[in-house]
Amino acid sequence: MVVTKMLKCLLKTATTGLILCSPLSLAAVLEPDRADVLYHSYEGGGMKIDGPSVLLRKKTSESLAFTGYYYLDSISSASVDVLSTASPYSEKRHEGQVGVEYLNDKTLMTFNARQSDEDDYLAQSFSVNVSQDTFGDLTNLSLGVSYGDNEIRRNGDDQFEEQSQQYRIRAGISQILTRNLTAQLNFEAIADEGYLNNPYRTVRYIDTTNPSGVGYQSEIYPETRNSFSTKLSASYFLPYRAALFFHYRYFNDSWEIDANDVELGYRHPIGDFLELEFKVRYYQQTQAEFYSDLFPYQDAQNYLARDKELSDFNDLTLGLGVTYLMPESLSFGDTRSEASIQWDYITFDYNNFRDPTADGGVGNEPFYNFSANVIRAFYSVYF
Amino acid sequence: MMNPIKKMLILITALSSLLILSGCSSLDIEPWVKPYERQNLADPIMRFGRHPIANMHVAHVLEARESARGAEGTGGGGCGCN
Repeated sequence: MVVTKMLKCLLKTATTGLILCSPLSLAAVLEPDRADVLYHSYEGGGMKIDGPSVLLRKKTSESLAFTGYYYLDSISSASVDVLSTASPYSEKRHEGQVGVEYLNDKTLMTFNARQSDEDDYLAQSFSVNVSQDTFGDLTNLSLGVSYGDNEIRRNGDDQFEEQSQQYRIRAGISQILTRNLTAQLNFEAIADEGYLNNPYRTVRYIDTTNPSGVGYQSEIYPETRNSFSTKLSASYFLPYRAALFFHYRYFNDSWEIDANDVELGYRHPIGDFLELEFKVRYYQQTQAEFYSDLFPYQDAQNYLARDKELSDFNDLTLGLGVTYLMPESLSFGDTRSEASIQWDYITFDYNNFRDPTADGGVGNEPFYNFSANVIRAFYSVYF
Repeated sequence: MMNPIKKMLILITALSSLLILSGCSSLDIEPWVKPYERQNLADPIMRFGRHPIANMHVAHVLEARESARGAEGTGGGGCGCN
């Protein structure tokens, strides 16, 4: 298969590149051991999702570390898509990840396996990443590949079973530019193939034979999707000990979606025990080629979508975070710990997705918009 | 649109070549920020990934609601949601 051949070629290129780059300077070190426990909550647009999450990381030597991650989403949904054609539902999603990191001089290799499991969706993926410090440790090059396999089912229909696969290739450069400024450039190509629809979603079309004037049929998506992302990030140390972060990403794919997002973050310590974080992020995308809010008739084209995530829209996030660094008297033994809370307020504005539950008549309803509150409260221990 | 895998292979080859050249001292460029000048960059407040568990949640929330994905600078692996 072409993709497999290309992945093999990539690994060969990566290995050759990393062997040839063997700079002479100080050896890198693995990140310290840590444990994090988090409660997360998302509420907006008729959806409430919350649950716990745990991340554990432990070194067994100076060159080997293991990570374990568990995440639970408890979902109750009465979103606008659900309300227009189905009934509210609730479900749980469990996600687990295990990872291994191996450090050899300045080369860090990581392997990660992940599984996400819900009633009607099983996703499994594996990823390998290699990164290398070079040029007096001013530069870090990273390369990675991932493979994911998904099994899609439809609740209430035992006969329904579909598959999809995902291939990812990524590369990045991190560069120290001055004693106060670093920048990163990351690229990622993603190829999906198989069943990429949501099995529950429908599109709507004008149907004069129906008293409501509207008919519904299942969405039909292409069976392949190729996308490419480029992200530029920078971190700047301000003279009074605060940090400024900048990110810009450009995304485009074979479904003709173009997206841009830009984010500005600011972290400000107060005394020895408090850190404040602020962020603002803006995201904008164009619609998929085969998206329409209202099709003129049934089977109007070969591919059909009315998923609002494929429409033309923008969103704005305002975020605030506080971290309290526990004094020694409140820490366990020699450990160091922190308690944090983060709150994001996100507003979504859709430019060609109408709210079918609103008045106005078919195709003349107001454009949909909603806001969401996202909370993360977590406790981190370094040991 | 050019096949993204091909596009990525070209990019990786170009980046690798650049790094191989910089690793060899043929360009005669010295690292301009010495290790002892990096104390500001080593300050924990400068780490964007300082709260990895929180960043993973942010990435999950956005991936479920936006079409753009990838190049976050982390392992990635798909949303697993429908």
